[in-house]
Amino acid sequence: MAQTADFTIEPGSTGGDAGSDAGGGNLRFSGPLLVSTVGHIDSRLRHIEEPVGTIDLAGVERIDTVGAWVAWSLSQRLDAKLTGASTDAQRLIEAVSRAGTQGGAIERERLPWYLRVPAQVGDSVIGMGRGMLGVLGFFGQMVLGTATLLRHPGQFRMRALVHQMELVGVNALAIVGLMSFLVGIVIAQQGAVQLQQFGAEIYTVNLVGRLTLRELGILMTAIMVAGRSGSAFAAQLGTMKLTEEVDAMRTIGVSPMEALVLPRIAATMLMMPLLGVYSSVIGIIGGAFLASLTLGIPFLTFLSRIQEVVPLHDVWVGLLKGPVFGLIVAVSGCYQGMQVRNDAEEVGARTTGAVVMAIFTVIVLDAFFAVFFTEIGWG
Amino acid sequence: MSEDISTPDPQFPIRVRDLVNAFGDQVVHESLDLDVRKGEILGVVGGSGTGKSVLMRSIIGLQIPHSGEIEVLGSSITSAQDDADIRIRSRWGVLFQGGALFSTLTVGENVEVPLREFYPEIHDTLRHEIARYKVQLSGLPAEAASKFPSELSGGMRKRAGLARALSLDPELLFLDEPTAGLDPIGAAAFDDLIHSLKETLGLTVFLITHDLDTLYAICDRVAVLADKRVIAIGTIPELLATDHPWIQEYFNGPRGRAALDTHDRAAAAPATATAG
Repeated sequence: MAQTADFTIEPGSTGGDAGSDAGGGNLRFSGPLLVSTVGHIDSRLRHIEEPVGTIDLAGVERIDTVGAWVAWSLSQRLDAKLTGASTDAQRLIEAVSRAGTQGGAIERERLPWYLRVPAQVGDSVIGMGRGMLGVLGFFGQMVLGTATLLRHPGQFRMRALVHQMELVGVNALAIVGLMSFLVGIVIAQQGAVQLQQFGAEIYTVNLVGRLTLRELGILMTAIMVAGRSGSAFAAQLGTMKLTEEVDAMRTIGVSPMEALVLPRIAATMLMMPLLGVYSSVIGIIGGAFLASLTLGIPFLTFLSRIQEVVPLHDVWVGLLKGPVFGLIVAVSGCYQGMQVRNDAEEVGARTTGAVVMAIFTVIVLDAFFAVFFTEIGWG
Repeated sequence: MSEDISTPDPQFPIRVRDLVNAFGDQVVHESLDLDVRKGEILGVVGGSGTGKSVLMRSIIGLQIPHSGEIEVLGSSITSAQDDADIRIRSRWGVLFQGGALFSTLTVGENVEVPLREFYPEIHDTLRHEIARYKVQLSGLPAEAASKFPSELSGGMRKRAGLARALSLDPELLFLDEPTAGLDPIGAAAFDDLIHSLKETLGLTVFLITHDLDTLYAICDRVAVLADKRVIAIGTIPELLATDHPWIQEYFNGPRGRAALDTHDRAAAAPATATAG
C-alpha cells in the first residue's frame, strides 16, 4: 500500500469547535482507514490517555468496516464524538456498531497448564478403558457378523475380498520383499561377525533360517502391513464415516460390518501367512546372497543346509502366527476407522492410533508366542 | 461483447473472454464471455452440469482454463503462473458450497485466518475484535465465535463461511449456492443479509444459485449458462423477453411462477400498507 493511515491530536481548545463541549482535544484521522493500514496505528490509538472530545474523520479518504470499527470503538472508549464522517463512513459505522455490541470469546477456554496435564492423563486413562471395551464390543459384532455369514454364505462379498487381498497382499510384495532381503543380509552379516570369533560362521545358516522363518519374517511383515493396510483401513473407513457413506449403507440395509469390515479382516488374515512365508524365503535368499559373497558359503549349499538345520515346526510357528497378527492389524484398523465422528483431525488421530495399537499388540503377542511355542516343545 | 480487455476498466471488476474449459473430451465452456459490473449482484444460473462452479473456480484461479482470458479487479488471472502470482486474493472473498470451514479451528479463528495471513501487523486484540463483529455481522450470535464447525447447523456454517469470506472487507464476493440446503426462512434471511451487506459495504457479488426466490429478491442481473456459454445476461424481465427455450422453461416453469408470485406479493405488500 502506498499510503498509510495516521492521526494527530490537537489539544483541547475551549472556543474552537461548537461540538467540543467536553473540552477534550480533537483527534484527526488522515489517509485511508482500511484493514491494510490500521494495523500500524492501532496500538498507538489504544494508548491515548489524554481527553479527546471529537474524532474527526473528514481527512479519511477511504474507509472499510475495519476502519469504521477502529474509529467507532475508539469513540466508545474515549467517550468522544465522531465528526466529519462521509455518508459511506456513517453507513459502515452504523453497521459495525450494531454488530459489535456483544463480546464473546474467539478461542475455546483452555485449562491452566497445571490442571491440563492431570486432566489429559485422566482423559487418556478413561479413553484407554473405553477403547478396550470398544474393541471387545467390535470383536463381538465381528463374530456375530461372521456367524450370520456362515449361515448365509451367499451374502459374502467375494469381490470385495479379492480386491482387498490384492491391496493387502499382492501390492505389498515389492516392499515386503525388499525389506526382507535387506533384513536377511543384515542378520547374516552381523551374525557372521560374531560367529567368526568362534570359527563357527557355518552356523550363520541356522541363525538366518530359524530367525526369519520363526520370528522376523512374520513380525516384520505384520509391522509393514500395519503401516500399509491398517492405516489405510482406518483412513478409508474414517472418511466414509465423515461423508456419511457408512450411514447411507445402513439405511439401505447393507451392514457395514459385512460389506466393509469382514472382507478387510478376511483378506488380511488370508494374506498375512502368505506374506510371512514369502518374507522368510526372501530373507533367507538375502542371507545366502551375503554368505556366498563374504563367507565363502556357496549360494546353493546355503539353501540346502537350511533344509537340514531348520526344524519343520519353525515353519508352523511362523504360519500359525500369521492369521493372528493379520486379525490384530485389520481389527485395529477397522475399529479405529469406525470410531471417527467429528472432523478431519480425528481421521488422522485414529489412523495413528490404529497403527500404534496394531504394532504394539503384535509385538506383545509375539513375545507370548515365543514363550508358548518353546514350552510346548517346539523350541 | 468480445472487445479487447487488455486495458483494465474499473467499471467491470470481472471480465471473461473466450474462456474454454475442458475435462478430457468433455468440453464445459466454449468461448464463454462474461462481464460483471461494479456494485451489482450477478446471479448465475444454469442446469446441473453447465459449469457454473467451474466458471467460478476459473475466475478465482482454482481451475486453470484450457484457453481464454480472465481479468479480475484489473489483474489477469489467466497469465498468473502460480498461486503466489495472484495478488488480489486479499480483495475477494469466497463462500464455498459446504462452507469449507477449517474443522480444527473455531468459527472466530476461521475468520482470523485471512487476517493473520495478509496483515500480520494487526495486533491480537484488534484481530479478536474484528473477528467478533464479523461473526455478528454475518448474522450469527456472538457465542458462535468460540464454537467448532462440527457444532454448528448447516445454515450457521454457511453464515460462518460468509463471515470468513468477508474477513478482509473484500470488494468482490463469490457465493456458490449460499441458500442451498437452508430452510425457506433461513434462506430469505440469508438473501436479506447479502443484500444489506452489498448495500452497506458496496460489494460486487458473483452468486451461483438454483434458488429462484434469491434471483427475484436480490439479483440485479442474471447470467444464464447453457450450451457451454453465457446465452443471456440481463434483468429478469429482459431475460423473459428472449425466446430461448431453457430460459422460458426456467422462469415460466411451476417453480419460476411460484417464486414470481411470492416476489410480487412481497413487493405489493408495503405499497398497499402505505396506501391504506
